[in-house]
Amino acid sequence: MANVQFDLVSPERRLASVEASEVQIPGADGDMTAMQGHAPTITTLRPGVLRVIHGSGTDEYVVSGGFAEITAGGVSVLAESALPRDEVTQDVFNQMVADAKAAHENAKEVFKNEPGPVDDAAKLLSDMVAVGGHIGLTAQN
Amino acid sequence: MPSLKDLKNRIETVKSTRKITKAMQMVAAAKLRRAQDAAEAARPYAERFNAVMAGLAASVGGSPSAPKLLSGTGADQVHLLVVMTAERGLCGGFNGNIAKLARSHAQKLMADGKTVKILTVGKKGRDAIKRDLGEHFVGHVDLTEVKRVGYTDAQGIAKDVLGRFDAGEFDVATLFFARFENVVTQHPTAQQIIPAAFEETEGDAAATLYDYEPSEEAILADLLPRGVATQIFTALLENAASEQGARMSAMDNATRNAGEMIDKLTIQYNRSRQAVITNELIEIISGAEAL
Repeated sequence: MANVQFDLVSPERRLASVEASEVQIPGADGDMTAMQGHAPTITTLRPGVLRVIHGSGTDEYVVSGGFAEITAGGVSVLAESALPRDEVTQDVFNQMVADAKAAHENAKEVFKNEPGPVDDAAKLLSDMVAVGGHIGLTAQN
Repeated sequence: MPSLKDLKNRIETVKSTRKITKAMQMVAAAKLRRAQDAAEAARPYAERFNAVMAGLAASVGGSPSAPKLLSGTGADQVHLLVVMTAERGLCGGFNGNIAKLARSHAQKLMADGKTVKILTVGKKGRDAIKRDLGEHFVGHVDLTEVKRVGYTDAQGIAKDVLGRFDAGEFDVATLFFARFENVVTQHPTAQQIIPAAFEETEGDAAATLYDYEPSEEAILADLLPRGVATQIFTALLENAASEQGARMSAMDNATRNAGEMIDKLTIQYNRSRQAVITNELIEIISGAEAL
């Protein structure tokens, strides 16, 4: 089966650049799998697990923020933060959840009468906790 | 005429100064490599990001519902200047050049009757423009404790800037930093970040028709604030590389000058030593003749 060129970049470095057969992306409106010949799409990301399936196995990355650009021959994911799954230890995960929690509290304070940003922050927090479920870590505290 | 001992001391002093500048040059060279690598690593992200944003901005930009970060507040009265400089000196004209550019920009704006607000990043630039523009300062970001600039630092600054924008404190924001060309050349640059100005990329982005998920507007609203952070991050990295480059060439000059000074002082030292010897000889000979 034909492959797509997959690139994962964060602001600080390029994490991956491989030929992949399929890429599972945690889009803001739901997960999607990009394969060769996918319609050109741009989607924002929610915190989640990005799965790349290629000839020599499957790579998983925990990403949050940013967007993915899908074309017929390639997938580029520009994530605000991205870590290989192995590097997400309980400590790192706790920090991520704590950050999301702080953002939620902050939003509640700043936008008292506007539900929009508060809901967004709440969704970010629950997405973050759900990430833990996917990679076998639980949110403490 | 300085005595022999004085000269000897001078030479020793200049020698130790040369040792220090030499060491600083080598440290700067090592740091420059790291800073350049970091700037290199950040480039793919910034390039892809700008390409996508340019495409989005082109398709949404015209509509009246476009986000304020893109279309502006409709006014052009209050300008925020974000002046990014180093935390340390001894890097040649680096800080001075950025400060000079920012100062002339501010003066031009004020001559046109605009209001100027200044946010400084890095204390050297703050000191440099404090006397002329001190009353326009609205804030300062201290990066003294930061060893390697990370994306989180940029996010912090972006949050500050965006917070002020949302509160209606300014209409236009401009970044001042030095773009890294090579070790001897760094260009002080002014870059407008709000309202966002994206360079049009040819073909490519415009040619492909994308599906957007969620809507174009929602993506744009989500990405514009990130775009500010990305631009600030790029500027921080360019600045870090420029600072080390400027320091390296400044210290190279200083080392060379110290070497020249040592040569000059050594000649002077030898001459006066010779003069002393000649003097002594004359005294001895004339003493012997008098007998």
